Amino acid sequence: MQTTAELLLLLVVLTDLAVLGTSRLRTCIRAVAAQGLLLGLLPLALASQVTVHVAGLAAGTVLVKAVVLPWFLLWAIREAAVRREVEPVVGFIASLLLGALALALAFAISGRLPASDVREPVLIPAALATVMMGLIVLTTRRKALTQVVGYLMLENGIYLFGLTQTESVPFLLEVGVLLDIFAGVFIMGIVVFHINREFDSLDSARLSELKD
Amino acid sequence: MWLLALCLLPVAAAAVTGAAPSPRVTRWRVGALVGTAAVHLALTAMLWRLPPQQALNGWLGDDALGTIVLTLTSVLFFATSVYTVGYLARATPRGGRVFVSGMLGFLAATTVVALSQHLAMLWVGLEATTFAVAPLIFHRHDRRSLEAVWKYLVLSSVGIALALLGIFFLASAQHGVPGDPLILGDLTAHARELQPAWLRAAFVFLLVGFGTKMGLAPMHTWKPDTYGEAPALVGALMAGALTSCAFLGVARITQVTTAAGLTAFVQPVLFAFGLLSLATAAAFVIGQGDLKRLLAYSSVEHMGLLVLGLGLCGVGTYGAVLHLVNNGLVKGWLFLVAGNVVLATGTSAAAGNRGLVRTLPVSGVLLVAGLFAVTGSPPFGLFLSEFTILRAAVDGGHLAIAVSTLVLLAIIFVGMAVLVMNMALGEPAPGVRPVRESAWLLAGPLALAGLVLLLGVYIPGPVQATLARAAVALGGRVP
Amino acid sequence: MNHAHVGSSLAALAVLLVIAPALSGVVVRTKSAFAGRRGAPVGQLYWDLFKLMRKGTVYSTTTTWIFRAAPVVVLVSLTAASLLLPLDGQASPVQFSGDLIAFAGLLALGRFALVLAGLDTGSSFEGMGASREVTVASFAEPVLFLGFLGLVLATRRLTLSAMLGPALTAAWAHQTASLALVALAFFVLLLAENSRVPVDDPATHLELTMIHEVIVLDHSGPDLAVILYASSLKLALFAALIVEVAVPRDGLGLGWSLAAFAGGLLVVAMAVGVVESVMARLRLNRVPQLIVGAGALALFGIILLLR
Repeated sequence: MQTTAELLLLLVVLTDLAVLGTSRLRTCIRAVAAQGLLLGLLPLALASQVTVHVAGLAAGTVLVKAVVLPWFLLWAIREAAVRREVEPVVGFIASLLLGALALALAFAISGRLPASDVREPVLIPAALATVMMGLIVLTTRRKALTQVVGYLMLENGIYLFGLTQTESVPFLLEVGVLLDIFAGVFIMGIVVFHINREFDSLDSARLSELKD
Repeated sequence: MWLLALCLLPVAAAAVTGAAPSPRVTRWRVGALVGTAAVHLALTAMLWRLPPQQALNGWLGDDALGTIVLTLTSVLFFATSVYTVGYLARATPRGGRVFVSGMLGFLAATTVVALSQHLAMLWVGLEATTFAVAPLIFHRHDRRSLEAVWKYLVLSSVGIALALLGIFFLASAQHGVPGDPLILGDLTAHARELQPAWLRAAFVFLLVGFGTKMGLAPMHTWKPDTYGEAPALVGALMAGALTSCAFLGVARITQVTTAAGLTAFVQPVLFAFGLLSLATAAAFVIGQGDLKRLLAYSSVEHMGLLVLGLGLCGVGTYGAVLHLVNNGLVKGWLFLVAGNVVLATGTSAAAGNRGLVRTLPVSGVLLVAGLFAVTGSPPFGLFLSEFTILRAAVDGGHLAIAVSTLVLLAIIFVGMAVLVMNMALGEPAPGVRPVRESAWLLAGPLALAGLVLLLGVYIPGPVQATLARAAVALGGRVP
Repeated sequence: MNHAHVGSSLAALAVLLVIAPALSGVVVRTKSAFAGRRGAPVGQLYWDLFKLMRKGTVYSTTTTWIFRAAPVVVLVSLTAASLLLPLDGQASPVQFSGDLIAFAGLLALGRFALVLAGLDTGSSFEGMGASREVTVASFAEPVLFLGFLGLVLATRRLTLSAMLGPALTAAWAHQTASLALVALAFFVLLLAENSRVPVDDPATHLELTMIHEVIVLDHSGPDLAVILYASSLKLALFAALIVEVAVPRDGLGLGWSLAAFAGGLLVVAMAVGVVESVMARLRLNRVPQLIVGAGALALFGIILLLR
């Protein structure tokens, strides 16, 4: 039987696929929020005993990644009145296939990496897959807001990888990282808001005035 | 103790100027900016006299390379803050508290980066610079600056995210190795025990990540847009200080890989990024029509030279460290001059600027002198550092690299000279009269120009000693 | 293979054949419950079939023998396919190595006959439906194979009997996630292959939007009855496949096994009803997206098995 942590990780990958496969921004944001929640639960599932450090990390993650940021992004799409990602650079089917490829690649790569004593064998492949799928979303979607979602996925993947290193990265730094990500998405959201006001659209492809 | 003060001073200043009421720039707010910059500079100068310090369990420390970057940042920031006094009096929009707080936040973040001995802490600082600078780039609140800030945010956030992954890889490599995790000293001391596979992955990700912040080709695409649209003094801070901090990150991981004996793996990667950056700069400098964008590509070029020097090892490392200082100073100089041009004529495009030597006598001359300085002509400091890097290439038997670098540098010189000479010389548009230039706006670039000239002629003893220590720590040697 | 097995598997097959029309009724009842209506009785389709059997058949003059043969081919191929599944949870009446390919082939044959019949009428509506049916199928079939590949990898067996029989119980203990993903992929496949919401809406009668219903517009009388029955059998067949994957019945007595089987079919039908109630039909150009998504799930399951 599989462990809780493994189950959570599989669900994380499923939320990745959900973001890749859907055109509705709202669904994308919900999926990323669900991913944030799963990410918050993971430290609890991985830890042999729940310390203040682990509990704080879980609480902070859930607060930032599952509540505040999704709420903020949902606010942004309400303000901008966008619902769908139309005409992504790479179609949804192709990006799903790319996602599956990324998944296979993630497992293939992590099979070759020298395994330091990782408690959870799916952790590293799931992290790499999330990073890659975040990059796919970031590069193949046109709406600025979807790109922010992609960035968030990328960060989530890195966070997952960071869970292998909880002993070596102290709490203070985790807080710093979390705050940085929060600030990043927040500022991006504000810029998205300005883009919408200035161009009446969230299409980052419209941002093409500057070139050589 | 002093290190903490250095980090906390700008944080506190940023908080105070940000939280205080009255959104317009008031006299006291700019005063606080200059004051903070001056105190910061004084504290930094004091570090040179004190023995090496440590704080926060060794997370902060002033090793040679960190001190160099810190000093460079502090000098540049002071020059820029003086310039800000003149700039905010003339610029439209005049800028609110966000502008001043953003600058101070930037100073805080770069100080943390320069003093970090803990690599994750360095990451946090570098990421923070991104957000401190974003409102500064968006200063004009128009479409073009919006586009610039979006490109900058997305690219550097992704880059820095990959760097974080690299740091986690590094932590994986350190698994089971004695010493505190991710502390630079412990990493280099036990470098040979690190797991090579993870270390290689960490190097690649950190180079790509921090390289994005440096603006190495092909991750440089945000640079011309950002530097072109941001106020010139922000360009000065970014091209001079921010890129140097990012290079510090690259240098730190290279320090670890060199200590681990992975030079054979690291070297070709650094060469590739370096030469590609030089080639990209050469390709885009030719036919460039905007001074600030030209400077952006020049920055790409110099970033390429820096990693090239780092990759060449030996004397090249010393050349890279010296070049770091020279490039930072000359970028500050030129961007501030470009700012004067924009303030006087409203544009940095060559089309709108002719005969600057006559209309802006001091800035015009400084621009022409800057052209020679930035392209590495004697007697300026950059000649010395570029020459050292080339010498390392020849000494190391990398003749092909030496030759192609020389050719690319020549192309870049021609490309830059065409644009700058067009702007500086020639007949001013009819009816344009010489402008009396404000001392606030000239003090900064003049001082920086003096420093670049000084470094070309004579490097003071303590500076030379620190440069040498930095180069040796990076695995290089002194010529 | 001993005779007891043949007996039990034939009994299970009988359950499938008899219960098939009722599954559509269960779907309809579930939807009605969601909508707050009473809905048609569960056995409605039996009466419809009975009624149609007594009617005469009208053949368009443009049609050929292909049109007449289609209903029989469809029914026979689907029945043959159900012979390959170990419906009693132990073994199937017919089994040979690689029979999973035959299973997919028989499904394809039935679809092929139906599509040809549609084209045979020369009507543009039917041609459109045929084209859509084939489009959906061309995405669905690879997913079916991916699912089978997952099962093969999980059980290391190459016959449907062995894959879905006792070996599966052992596999569930170690490969829970992969098998759950495969079952989920099969469920999406069921929706797509049987033209259910969100791929197609069986309740609509607007030719422009239909897939399956539009192909059979020209069929009438007993022919239509056979096709309707075959369609319900196809739904039941996919439901059976899902039940086989999701509920290993190794070690149960024949009675319990059959009861679990029938119960599983009803649960799947109810799940279809729930999906039909809470989801809207997708635009046709987004249907492939859904099926590829199912493929990604199956692939994910396979990747987990391979690591």
